[in-house]
Amino acid sequence: MEGLHEVKNSIDPMKYLADMEVLEESTIMDEVLSRMQAYDYSHYRAQDVQRALQQDSRTPEDFAALLSPAAAPLLEEIARRAREETRRYFGNSVYLFTPLYVANYCENYCIYCGFNRYNSIRRARLTLAEVAKEMQAIARSGLEEILILTGESRKMSDPVYIGEVCKMARNYFKTVGLEVYPMNTGDYAYLHGCGADFVTVFQETYDPDRYAALHLAGRKRVFPYRLNAQERAIRGGMRGVGFAALLGLGDFRKDAFATGIHAYLLQRKYPQAEIAFSCPRLRPIINNDSIKPKDVHEAQLLQVICAYRLFMPFAGITISTRERSGFRNHVIGIAATKISAGVSIDIGGHQEKVAEKGDAQFEIADPRSVQEVCQAIKEQGLQPVMNDYVFV
Amino acid sequence: MENTRDKLTLGGHEFTSRFILGSGKYNLDLIRAAVQYAQAQIITLAVRRANTAGAENILDYIPPGITLLPNTSGARKAEEAVRIAHLARALGCGDFIKIEVVHDSKYLLPDNYETVKATEILAREGFVVLPYMYPDLNVARDLVNAGAAAVMPLGAPIGSNKGLCTRDFIKILVDEIDLPIIVDAGIGRPSQACEAMELGAAAVMANTAIATAGDIPAMAGAFKNAIEAGRAAYRAGLGRVVEQGAAASSPLTGFLND
Repeated sequence: MEGLHEVKNSIDPMKYLADMEVLEESTIMDEVLSRMQAYDYSHYRAQDVQRALQQDSRTPEDFAALLSPAAAPLLEEIARRAREETRRYFGNSVYLFTPLYVANYCENYCIYCGFNRYNSIRRARLTLAEVAKEMQAIARSGLEEILILTGESRKMSDPVYIGEVCKMARNYFKTVGLEVYPMNTGDYAYLHGCGADFVTVFQETYDPDRYAALHLAGRKRVFPYRLNAQERAIRGGMRGVGFAALLGLGDFRKDAFATGIHAYLLQRKYPQAEIAFSCPRLRPIINNDSIKPKDVHEAQLLQVICAYRLFMPFAGITISTRERSGFRNHVIGIAATKISAGVSIDIGGHQEKVAEKGDAQFEIADPRSVQEVCQAIKEQGLQPVMNDYVFV
Repeated sequence: MENTRDKLTLGGHEFTSRFILGSGKYNLDLIRAAVQYAQAQIITLAVRRANTAGAENILDYIPPGITLLPNTSGARKAEEAVRIAHLARALGCGDFIKIEVVHDSKYLLPDNYETVKATEILAREGFVVLPYMYPDLNVARDLVNAGAAAVMPLGAPIGSNKGLCTRDFIKILVDEIDLPIIVDAGIGRPSQACEAMELGAAAVMANTAIATAGDIPAMAGAFKNAIEAGRAAYRAGLGRVVEQGAAASSPLTGFLND
């Protein structure tokens, strides 16, 4: 990618487009943003962190302390407490899943992303027959949970297409999750009817200014519509919702804080909703090797993951394939509860005899098969679990 | 001698063991230990966990002669619990069903109202219904009327190992409800299981306490002994607690004999 493309008639990032549903009475976004803006992590001290560690249940203030630089020297103790909470709530279970990329068309222009509309990569959308073949290949590995992903183009991967993919997934898998573009409540209800029950949306960064600077075009540019996606998904009947900031895009401490507060506020408003966190940080992407993770090294990433665990001990935490296998192995022993395996992020990449149709969004760092990941889980005295869910 | 006649009866089925293995932490070693060392005859099984095609299907690890108690975990409403119960039957889990209806992902506390509704429907369909509930006397009476085979009050939040936080309310259920009262959730130590049995609980369900123990078989055995001791104490009738220091036998009414 050479320089930035000029964008004409730029969308106002804080204004909903005409067809975007507005949750008029929801105060979630305002509250997340005001708490994030007020979060000054420099004023926390070691004793604040120690106090947070000693609590039975932790407040947003405790969470703030755990994410602060003052917590860094206490990381070993934090990890120990996080491990206790993880085992108390999840026993020795570690859940496995794999992502399936069915399309990579994208109408957005996110300057850090390999799928962005100006990046010249091979674009593809799998036919349903191809999806079936992909799913058969994945199901043969023993996996029972699938996460369906598309690029963010409602035109090229419309809800009806995604719905057909979900219906097909129900034939091969017990658990179907979605990581697609944000939708209105009615679309989520439709997809829930097609068999999906979990929706993850990465906010990327919760800092509206930074967000506007990174997302230059397309529907994704509308910040509040994306931020309220989880609430619409819950209202549409989804059982669980996932949250993430792409750490490194902005101030990662503030972004992680906002992510946790977002989940916390929604869980209080919708106590039945199951909560999950993903913990991605920037990785190299195709045609742009100049972007490097900023200041989110493994120690900081682990601190964030542990802070999520201690703040919301009942939440699922997924550890990204963008991390190396050694890091992932250790993190499932401490705080993560879900790990992907047998990952191919190319479009059509699961079938051995079919050439990949489309390029990947980023590079993965852990190419291990399902069997290898299961073995690594067992070697830690943990138990790989393919399914703990029933669609009702 | 007495013990051979001291049986736990649930929906017409008799059991000599009063330890029920819960389903919270899934672990095949735990199932083996519960059967071998705690002598469990009933093992709870989350249908959502059994609902699997792969090699790790928990159903394959249940020893013969064990009664399965499938539960409806994952249900948020009565209708969902009913659907999961039907699925349990279809999977060949038998007619026992433990109702769990939870509408709260943080504390996993049971929704009593939806639990009563589900109990009514499933009891009518011929299930042996064991509802997990927050210990409330009025709800317990509703469950009796709805056709439950036992009432399963929680001792403390699931997985908390905090023991009998609801002790006084469980005692009220023991005193007032004619069905077996099975204490479910929160039992963290053998001594707490023993205390529940002394109170008059008909059985105790535990999982996390054993699953997270340093030595799973040893802890399973400890629970067995504790539950038997508590049961024996209940049947023997606990003696009164003598107040500190000597007391005149009739300080207030002794004058009547003057």
